[in-house]
Amino acid sequence: MRKGPGKITGEALRHVFAKPATISYPAGELVIDKNYRGRINFDASKCIGCKLCVRDCPANAITIDNLGTKEEKKMQLTLNYAHCIFCCQCVDSCNKDAISFEPNIELAGTSRKDMIVKL
Amino acid sequence: MAKNLVIPIGPQHPSLKEPACFTITLEGEKVVNAVVGTGYNHRGLEKACEARTFIQDLYIIERVCGICSHIHSTTFCQAVEELAGVEITRRAAYIRTIMAELERLHSHLLWLGIAGHEVGFDTLLMYSWRDRELVLDVLAALGGNRVNYGINTIGGVRRDVTPELIEQIRKVADIVEERNKYYIQLALSETTLAARLGGIGKLSHDDAIKFGAVGPVSRAAEVPDDIRVTDPYAAYDEVPVTAITDNHADVFGRTVVRVLEIMESVKMIRFCLDNLPEGDIVTKVPRKIPEGEVLIRTEAPRGEDAHYVRSNGTDKPDRVRVRAASEANWHGMKHMLEGDYLADVPIIIAAIDPCYSCTDRAIILDNHDTGEQSVTDWRSLREYSINWYKVRGIDTSKIKIAYSPLIF
Repeated sequence: MRKGPGKITGEALRHVFAKPATISYPAGELVIDKNYRGRINFDASKCIGCKLCVRDCPANAITIDNLGTKEEKKMQLTLNYAHCIFCCQCVDSCNKDAISFEPNIELAGTSRKDMIVKL
Repeated sequence: MAKNLVIPIGPQHPSLKEPACFTITLEGEKVVNAVVGTGYNHRGLEKACEARTFIQDLYIIERVCGICSHIHSTTFCQAVEELAGVEITRRAAYIRTIMAELERLHSHLLWLGIAGHEVGFDTLLMYSWRDRELVLDVLAALGGNRVNYGINTIGGVRRDVTPELIEQIRKVADIVEERNKYYIQLALSETTLAARLGGIGKLSHDDAIKFGAVGPVSRAAEVPDDIRVTDPYAAYDEVPVTAITDNHADVFGRTVVRVLEIMESVKMIRFCLDNLPEGDIVTKVPRKIPEGEVLIRTEAPRGEDAHYVRSNGTDKPDRVRVRAASEANWHGMKHMLEGDYLADVPIIIAAIDPCYSCTDRAIILDNHDTGEQSVTDWRSLREYSINWYKVRGIDTSKIKIAYSPLIF
């Protein structure tokens, strides 16, 4: 380590031209890894209504309803984003790959009602 | 003779952003007595675990601590796997180890920044937190979240390490190693830092053993206590681990241990990436866990973490007990504070890297002489607090609290 005033001068000059360590958000672009857990997607055609996701959800954020008949199922997943902890255990628990996630974290809303989403 | 002065530090923001109350008795500027008061953030998570399945509990346990979330879930998973008689694959064990060491990097860099902030060296805070961000990015890419990674599952890990990710981890390890060399040089040669941290918060070798200190606090007092060495778990039986010790036995020693441990972690991460075995990442574990009880110990960044899990043969645990590392280090805190100056109190508290809410559990008072036990409920605690303030001239009895029907 250099001693004396030269040490601080070099360091100060280096930082004048250095790129900022922070990112500009929300003004700039947010770079998130593709594996980051965010918005939950649901494919109703694949769901068989086993409700393993409901059973395993640690936050009790999921409900599964059948809007159709027993023969002709029309599954609906209701997700409460205010309760969801984005662990994506539901994605792992689903044996039919009906639930998936995408790295979208911009899910804020202004009322609690907005947080309950029917998928 | 001047009367001793009693100063309550906390419970709002006592040096760190968590609640605890330190009642400090001063003689002049010197601390003559200190009472550590934790218990402001009891979350009842052990009880919550009993009402949920083992899979749901994973995510509660992960939220015991925001910094060492992975190690808590690893400990819990190991306990359940032990009860179920399942052995995880070597690849899963290596991924858990990589994750644990990355977590140690981010925890120690976080602590270094906080320590710098507490002693008025905010440049160090900016530098180390900048580097920590790189580690958090790679943790998010590997686990899926920045803090509560959710990579562990009962029977292995949920995510595999891809070749691109290995390259990313290697790059981050190189950058952290390079920058940490500067921090080591700083810690060992910067005279102002040594003068500020040296000789304060003393906890000698014998005292560390007497008070049951763990982690960097005990290792700074030359107690080679590291669960990764003494009781290897995950892949630590194959990964070369060196327990870093120091003989300063003070805050300076704890700083040295932590910055040197960052180097060790980088080495371990590289070893794991070089020797990553092929194979599956998860082993199937039945939902119903056989009856039994188990105690598992692991080495969290802050020290020894112990989990006790008892199963009654159903898919829900009968009892879960979490002994976080900070809980063991609180016992020596009174001894560390006494004899030092008031100005040193924040850094001495911060030096054990405390995690207040990790340690808050229901306490049963046990009278050794009579064998009597007592538990204080919420209602009597509220009455106690109202009286406490009344004596000091503040009437808080008018404040309405919405009692939860679940508690009362």
